[in-house]
Amino acid sequence: MDKVIIADNLTLAYSQSEAIINRASFSVNSGSFVFITGASGSGKSTLLKSLYGALKPNGGSLVVGGVELKKVSNSKLNFLRRHIGIVFQDYKLVREWTIEKNIMLPLIINGYEKNVITSQVDSLLQHVRLKHQAGKYPQELSGGEQQRVAMARALSHNPILILADEPTGNLDDYSSQLIWNLLEGANTQLKTTVIVVTHNIPKNMNVNYKHFHIEYGSIREVN
Amino acid sequence: MKSIKNHLSLVIALVSILFSLQVLVITDRAIMSYKEQLASQYSVVVVAKVSLKQEQFLKMDPLIKSATALSPDDVIKRLNSGMDKKNIELLKLTLPKFYKLHLKHYPTPQEVQDLTKKLLKQKSIVKVENFAHTHDLVYKLLVLFKTIIVIFTVAVFVVTSLLIFKELRIWQFKHSERMNIMGLFGAPMWLRSAVLFRLAIVDAIIASIVSFVVFVYLSTNSWLLEQFKTLNIELVIFNPIDDLVMFLGVSVILATILATMIVLWHKEEV
Ligand SMILES: Nc1ncnc2c1ncn2[C@@H]1O[C@H](COP(=O)(O)OP(=O)(O)O)[C@@H](O)[C@H]1O
Ligand SMILES: [Mg+2]
Repeated sequence: MDKVIIADNLTLAYSQSEAIINRASFSVNSGSFVFITGASGSGKSTLLKSLYGALKPNGGSLVVGGVELKKVSNSKLNFLRRHIGIVFQDYKLVREWTIEKNIMLPLIINGYEKNVITSQVDSLLQHVRLKHQAGKYPQELSGGEQQRVAMARALSHNPILILADEPTGNLDDYSSQLIWNLLEGANTQLKTTVIVVTHNIPKNMNVNYKHFHIEYGSIREVN
Repeated sequence: MKSIKNHLSLVIALVSILFSLQVLVITDRAIMSYKEQLASQYSVVVVAKVSLKQEQFLKMDPLIKSATALSPDDVIKRLNSGMDKKNIELLKLTLPKFYKLHLKHYPTPQEVQDLTKKLLKQKSIVKVENFAHTHDLVYKLLVLFKTIIVIFTVAVFVVTSLLIFKELRIWQFKHSERMNIMGLFGAPMWLRSAVLFRLAIVDAIIASIVSFVVFVYLSTNSWLLEQFKTLNIELVIFNPIDDLVMFLGVSVILATILATMIVLWHKEEV
């Protein structure tokens, strides 16, 4: 089976003195569903940042979608990112754009045609139950709604890999369930590889998943 | 509402820059007009032994624009106390000839001196009255006026620089977030900055149009025209074509520099 992610002795740090992730080795198969847990401040977000190339490995190697991220050119990194959908812990929606425009962003970047973009955004808005809010700006929405917008944006361009950082953190049950359904749907129907950082893995998961736990800078698989 | 707010800050900064620039242009035009007026009023009076033609004067110095003979009648009138007609005619012949010379532009004190020297070298010319004292005074006033304008220009430059710098930081903050997010979804640099450049150029055009409307209004404002008229200054407050081109040029260049700096300064945050 193809591997989407191969980390070998991966070390991540913001400064020379202190490694957040220390010589971790793991891999993720294409089409799998992965949970990452760990105490707050253990380095979960840091690991995700490295996976989309925002933080370069300090040691070891990290290959995502066949691209070695330790020494990657800007254009190659952009190319890789166009095939990844990210849900950020702080949403990272563009303030001055409407919900609709925010969801469109990856489609525009990937150069989709206008009518494709329109129909795709329309169906996503329906999926995240925000059709009636399409023309609003992020600040006008509740946290749960913003999270759903971020989710729709991450799914919009049918990425090969979805990285979601605590996508249901302090969300109401309704929004949480919606997001789990969407992530499961992408994984089962589109064979998208899904990596989710979370504090609590839902009990009623319908897909098989792997579980990595981060502690003291090392990453181990939980069975 | 939202989109208006997006444009407002840069448009205001650009409009204030264009406004000060046009005020400078108007002031410069006023000085030019004033100088022309001074040049037409200023003249040198020459006393010659023999009668001279205008062409002869023009050959003496390129600065000379025209020469007109002053009638000796006024002089004679004052002497006229019971002189008979024949004697007056005789006197007229022996009296020196007076000429008034007009210059092409308002001369500097140095030019006045040089001209006087040149004229006196001519054998036919016996005396030159250049009104040097009055001229020097007026000229000094003009120089002072120009110095004030230069100081004003520098002040405007400093204020607008501060204005632009402040704008730059706001922009930097506002746009780096969006550029960052676009980058995280793999947008190449040109696409990340496209919005910025489009916004900058649109704002520059809006600012030019706003300034254009304001100055078209001002240039037809009767009160303002009256003020210049009383000052006896004839000038074009706003030239719809030349000045609009200047507005567009200045604001587009400024806004583009602004956007380029932001793009160059931009760094992906971790
Ligand atoms: N941009 C940064 N610069 C320096 N240190 C950081 C930065 N982001 C996170 N850290 C530190 O790295 C550690 C791991 O953070 P993070 O990966 O965000 O934890 P979490 O598991 O809660 O997502 C923390 O000690 C945090 O303070
Ligand atoms: Mg985190």
